[in-house]
Amino acid sequence: MMQSQTSNISIAFFFAFMAVTLAITYWAAKRTKTTETFFAAGGEITAWQNGWALAGDFLSAAALLGIAGIVTSNGFDGMVYSIGWLVGWPIILFLIVEPLRNVGKFTFADVVAYRLSQRPVRSAAAIGTLAVISFYLIAQMVATGALIKLLFGIPYFWSVVIVGTAMLIYVLFGGMLATTWVQVVKAVLLMAGGAILTILVLAQFQMNPMRLFAAAAERYGANVLQPGSRVVSGQWDAISLGLGLMFGTAAMPHILMRVYTVKDVKAARLSILYATGLIGAFHLMVFVIGFGAMVIVGPEAVLKAGGGGNMAAPLLARAVGGNAFFGFICAVAFATMLAVVAGLTLSGVATLCHDIWANVIRVGRATEREQLTVARAATIIIAILAVVLGILFEGQNVAFMAGLAFSVACAANFPSLVLAIGWKRFTTQGAVASILVGTVGSIVLICLSPTVQVDVLGKSMADIAGAWWFVPLKNPAIIAMPLSFVVAIAVSLATAELDADRTFREMQRRILLGASGPARAAAGAREEGSVSELSS
Amino acid sequence: MSISSNALEGGLTALARSRLTVAASLSLTMIAIYFGFMGLFAFAKPVLGTMLAPGLSLCILLGPMVIISSFLLCLVYVYWANNVFDRNVKSTLEQA
Repeated sequence: MMQSQTSNISIAFFFAFMAVTLAITYWAAKRTKTTETFFAAGGEITAWQNGWALAGDFLSAAALLGIAGIVTSNGFDGMVYSIGWLVGWPIILFLIVEPLRNVGKFTFADVVAYRLSQRPVRSAAAIGTLAVISFYLIAQMVATGALIKLLFGIPYFWSVVIVGTAMLIYVLFGGMLATTWVQVVKAVLLMAGGAILTILVLAQFQMNPMRLFAAAAERYGANVLQPGSRVVSGQWDAISLGLGLMFGTAAMPHILMRVYTVKDVKAARLSILYATGLIGAFHLMVFVIGFGAMVIVGPEAVLKAGGGGNMAAPLLARAVGGNAFFGFICAVAFATMLAVVAGLTLSGVATLCHDIWANVIRVGRATEREQLTVARAATIIIAILAVVLGILFEGQNVAFMAGLAFSVACAANFPSLVLAIGWKRFTTQGAVASILVGTVGSIVLICLSPTVQVDVLGKSMADIAGAWWFVPLKNPAIIAMPLSFVVAIAVSLATAELDADRTFREMQRRILLGASGPARAAAGAREEGSVSELSS
Repeated sequence: MSISSNALEGGLTALARSRLTVAASLSLTMIAIYFGFMGLFAFAKPVLGTMLAPGLSLCILLGPMVIISSFLLCLVYVYWANNVFDRNVKSTLEQA
């Protein structure tokens, strides 16, 4: 049984965080009057702020509580996830950020659809994006409900309702501006909490991490410092996991959306650099925190606290910093969850409103006012769905859905994005086929793998290993991503699209110079509220 | 393109190529570093488990180095793009 770890101090921190973020939302609501502010904060966020917000958008509770727990019970292997979550960021910077920022407006589908036929490509991209967001959001909501129950003693149902309501208020009234500042506040709290915890741990080891690792090895054996196979089993599965984490991170819609919140491509590049530094530093700290919990708290005590290892960091905080610090870390974990679900929701809303409503259903005829109304309705729908699904999946094993979200992003979004940017012969049919194959392929592969068959449905490995449909890989990316690329290339070569060929050079100019460069003369001014005219 | 001249076209094409070269080399470096590490993790666990000193194994040294190298590669690109590249774009446009 999970035991609640409620303390008055953590409740006080919790209310302080809610008060601050609601005040921010009130301030942001008064300034959120256009789609440009709702989806991109009017491009007024600075590079430094966006760097923090990106870190706040991306670092989920799993990055602190989950990884610390894995390190506490398994040692080094937890770091495989930390590293995978970071190495996608340079790929975003080198390959994605300039085309995205200079060609797109609110979503990555802007870039994929730029030269191609708007309606089919945007519809397909929306399917890929919404699949990523739904799986990730469900995983986050269920984890959040369980964690809040664990940390604050609030029942699961109310935990999910509180998180859903807070995220609804942030996004509905404050749009991107409020979401950005919630993420900045959360990232500052998370980095500060992580840094204090790291220093308090290292202070017991003469500020030398090697002494900490040596103490861990002395007590639990040298294998805690060596790679094992409990966390990631299977050789090709490890490579497949790596692919999904690296290229999935590089195509996560809620991350990509943040490059539109700064004023130009220079600031967008800088913000990715800052985010990479912050996230990297955080993962290094979590590694120390995990080993700290192993030595100071002990893996047995962490497991006994419930939550499958998630209590490692909070219990360590109590051991080295007392009850006040424990309360602070619990509140930080709560802020972390809220900031991530708000970012995911906003990105789902952008897809529904900007891609589907404005460019597929209304084909550029929707007014600003209409789009804002649709955006707000979409926010309410996504929030209700998130809460309902979160409650329905209580106690279910949905951890695989986070991995699935990365696989779909890697197999559906990444290939079409890269080919749309760099390959002249890419066609509408190729893009649609690639996105659908990447999405459906990832889902089917994971359903036929031990991830779902054994971990979720509870079948025994021996029963299914001989079945003709059995897929031995727990992570589908190594099959789904190449498959998506092959389909994209084969279908594109089998079809031809003269318009797409003709606009390729113009898009390259725009990637180089932005919408305000000389390419503008040829492309026509970017229409307010619609990018759809550009390629027609 | 209405304001293009051949010189401008050539200059811009060269710029696009320089960006592609830098971006592609840095991406391949990152991919090589990461999958080099994951390759060792998947296929050569004993190598990664080599103890270098008390409290320090090869993987505990290399893991953080993958993280630090990601940041350094980003730093190289942003420095190049925000200084060298953007200046070259500007001067190419001004010459036209």
